Amino acid sequence: MELKPNIPAGPLETKWERHRFDLKLVSPTNKRKHEILVVGSGLAGASAAASLAELGYNVRCFCYQDSPRRAHSIAAQGGINAAKNYQNDGDSVFRLFYDTIKGGDFRAREANVYRLAEISVAIIDQCVAQGVPFAREYGGLLANRSFGGAQVSRTFYARGQTGQQLLLGAYQALSRQIALGRLRMLPRHEMLELLVVDGRARGIVTRDLVSGHIGPHVADAVVLATGGYGNAFCLTTYARGSNATAIWRAYKQGAAFANPCFTQIHPTCIPVHGDYQSKLTLMSESLRNDGRVWVPARPGDQRSPAEIPVAERDYYLERLYPSYGNLAPRDVSSRAAKRVCDERRGVGPRGRGVYLDFADARARLGVATLREMYGNLFEMYERITDEDPYKVPMRIYPAMHYAMGGLWVDYDLMSTLPGLFVLGEANFSDHGANRLGASALMQGLADGYFIIPYTLGHYLASTPRESVGPDHPSVRAAEATVAKRTARLVTLRGRRTVDSFHRELGRILWEHCGMTRSRSGLNTALAKIPALREEFWQDVIVPGAAEGLNQSLERAGRVADFLELGELLCLDALERRESCGAHFREEYQDQEGESRRDDAGFCHVAAWEYAGEGSAPRRHEEPLFFERAALTTRSYK
Amino acid sequence: MKFTLRIWRQKDPRAKGRFVDYELPDASSDMSLLEALDVLNERMTLRGEEPVAFDHDCREGICGSCGLMIDGVPHGPRRSTSTCQLHARSFRDGDVITVEPFRARAFPVVKDLIVDRSALDRIIQAGGFVSVGTGSAPEANAAAVPKQTAELAMDAAACIGCGACVAACPNASATLFLAAKVSHLGLLPQGQPERAERVLRMIAQMDREGFGACTNHGECEAACPKGIRLEFIARMNRDYLMSGLWSRPDTEAKGGFS
Repeated sequence: MELKPNIPAGPLETKWERHRFDLKLVSPTNKRKHEILVVGSGLAGASAAASLAELGYNVRCFCYQDSPRRAHSIAAQGGINAAKNYQNDGDSVFRLFYDTIKGGDFRAREANVYRLAEISVAIIDQCVAQGVPFAREYGGLLANRSFGGAQVSRTFYARGQTGQQLLLGAYQALSRQIALGRLRMLPRHEMLELLVVDGRARGIVTRDLVSGHIGPHVADAVVLATGGYGNAFCLTTYARGSNATAIWRAYKQGAAFANPCFTQIHPTCIPVHGDYQSKLTLMSESLRNDGRVWVPARPGDQRSPAEIPVAERDYYLERLYPSYGNLAPRDVSSRAAKRVCDERRGVGPRGRGVYLDFADARARLGVATLREMYGNLFEMYERITDEDPYKVPMRIYPAMHYAMGGLWVDYDLMSTLPGLFVLGEANFSDHGANRLGASALMQGLADGYFIIPYTLGHYLASTPRESVGPDHPSVRAAEATVAKRTARLVTLRGRRTVDSFHRELGRILWEHCGMTRSRSGLNTALAKIPALREEFWQDVIVPGAAEGLNQSLERAGRVADFLELGELLCLDALERRESCGAHFREEYQDQEGESRRDDAGFCHVAAWEYAGEGSAPRRHEEPLFFERAALTTRSYK
Repeated sequence: MKFTLRIWRQKDPRAKGRFVDYELPDASSDMSLLEALDVLNERMTLRGEEPVAFDHDCREGICGSCGLMIDGVPHGPRRSTSTCQLHARSFRDGDVITVEPFRARAFPVVKDLIVDRSALDRIIQAGGFVSVGTGSAPEANAAAVPKQTAELAMDAAACIGCGACVAACPNASATLFLAAKVSHLGLLPQGQPERAERVLRMIAQMDREGFGACTNHGECEAACPKGIRLEFIARMNRDYLMSGLWSRPDTEAKGGFS
């Protein structure tokens, strides 16, 4: 396997502009001859499907939910970054680029990240034109707030529901194309296989989640925008249905999987409270603008927060990282929280929690202003915990939240399989080893609105069209594989439920491949996961039939894939013998417990190639070059 | 805590449904109602029974997937709370909790507690958008929007499309759902050019889908998990009346307005 990033030549600032001129075009009359499949209807998928349909392509878009509007982008709370510099505080395209590269601990491609920063400004224009009700100042112009890892205020937001509003904008654009007949939406459809014909991605096989019908969809190109794989950890901030099946099947068909060990733990989530718990709820990072994080200075201090005088509190982020304070990046803040809890200074019934305190903000801003800024988040917290954050400090703890890793793509967002494009969280391209807050929405929309419409056209224009019918042997074979696998799951009738396997996998990953990792822990996980997988295929119970609506069957297929992906995640973590960004190896830290990155050995993307059942996957390297953002030690002190 | 869950079971759209009682003797007060269903489903799976099918996804009250009729009220007894955010502590120990799907002619039952709400998507497709192609947007700060107007638009835009308003309405009307979108876009300068056509087409689509008409009961507002207010219906009705004066709309053409 050869990794060709296809980064255009020339200075960073003009690469994208030049490249757009070099990309071939498809004429308007030819566009309507092409069929494109978009899998996923979140920010990346919906924006791509709508934009491609607007250009005149025939687009089919798939999602597993009952409506495209429910994709998990909807749950993003805090905001979207853009280098508008409306605040006159020193922002620029270059600064957003630099912050993102540094935030990712120098493990992302310069060219991709620069393009992202460049496009960010057009995204805000597009969303405002769609009617996204962003927050505004009294003069009627757009407001901004600050987010972690940046010293400028460049985040646009719609209360604590920014993801919802941006997704509804894209969903409405998608709906308009559906009405015009250029786009066909297939909700409650799950992609279970990628069709590869003569080395090119030519379609997918889906299961209709209502009827159970398994069938192929043939096209000229396939776009995966199916989100991240973090639900391998089971208890996460992802939606319950979020899964890695689409990207995992693509990996097994030959698309390289890049940096699977780069998974992000979000520092501010509501702590775990019970074994039956189904998910963890995020409290937006934007809360760290005004909330102060602290724990008791003394280990084992059981007093209520109000009884602990200020002198006996440790505002540890402000103490350790004075220049960024409570807005230190996510990986740094998460590890700091774990450390104070390991020192028995954690709060709450299970001792795994820290305070996020709004008392000072309330005194400074008043309750009314706090409510306007964070009202819905405070309400959500109150509903779940039965505690009022206007009066007592929130309790928070890190939780699995996002995957920076994903399918490897080149500058055109095409995977190692020609004709297979990957957008948004499903790809690996822009966030390196750690994503900054409010950058996921930016990337999803950049990929969907402003990159794929150009690069996909180039692929179609430079690829000969060969017709593939539904009776083509490759199509038949893929269909049969899916039917066989589905039949096997419903006939096992073992003794353990799907969820019990998922929870056990989640515990293994969280313990050994979570906020910190070590060689011995990863080796333990690498022994346990294959054994668990074997047990799954012997002993899982999937009630019901392959036909008709069967939610246990849906979950079984997804967990079966997580049981394979989890192993690759640990393997990648084991092979990356350095600490960088969210990947913290205990063996590689300095005396103060900060990450020790190894640029001589690991300044590269690790891309894994599937080598068949029972064979170890092959690790390939794409070296990273830093011409403009000098490789420095990332410090937020 | 101990509960009896009285749950609507229905194999498929054509089958006849019925209520079945399930005991949950060991619920935690911190458990959400959906987590109680998870626990019940795990136990049923181990007993070799088919678990209860229900829609859910984000479990943080924003995706709009979950929507259950709980003791006759959409999303249950707590105001401004979606089913996934409703916890066992909102009930009394020993309660019998009746759980059934949203009922409306336009929402046929798919299985157990799952209904087909695609009619709501088709209403949006009829006109719930601004026709702006990718790439053709002006500078974001070119049009100022008074802060209060933007806040009001956001109040309306907060709709999660769950359909509770329909389930709560004695007429099974989707008027609050429409009013939220019509108001959100109608309040903003970007939504002005298509304001008249939008409301006419969305209402025509609502009628085609078999939803009832609004007769001002106000049950929708009480059931809405996002607190969408009745005043948006008044706003929509005004737009509906004025639309005849504003333009001569073509309600039949689809997608972009001519």
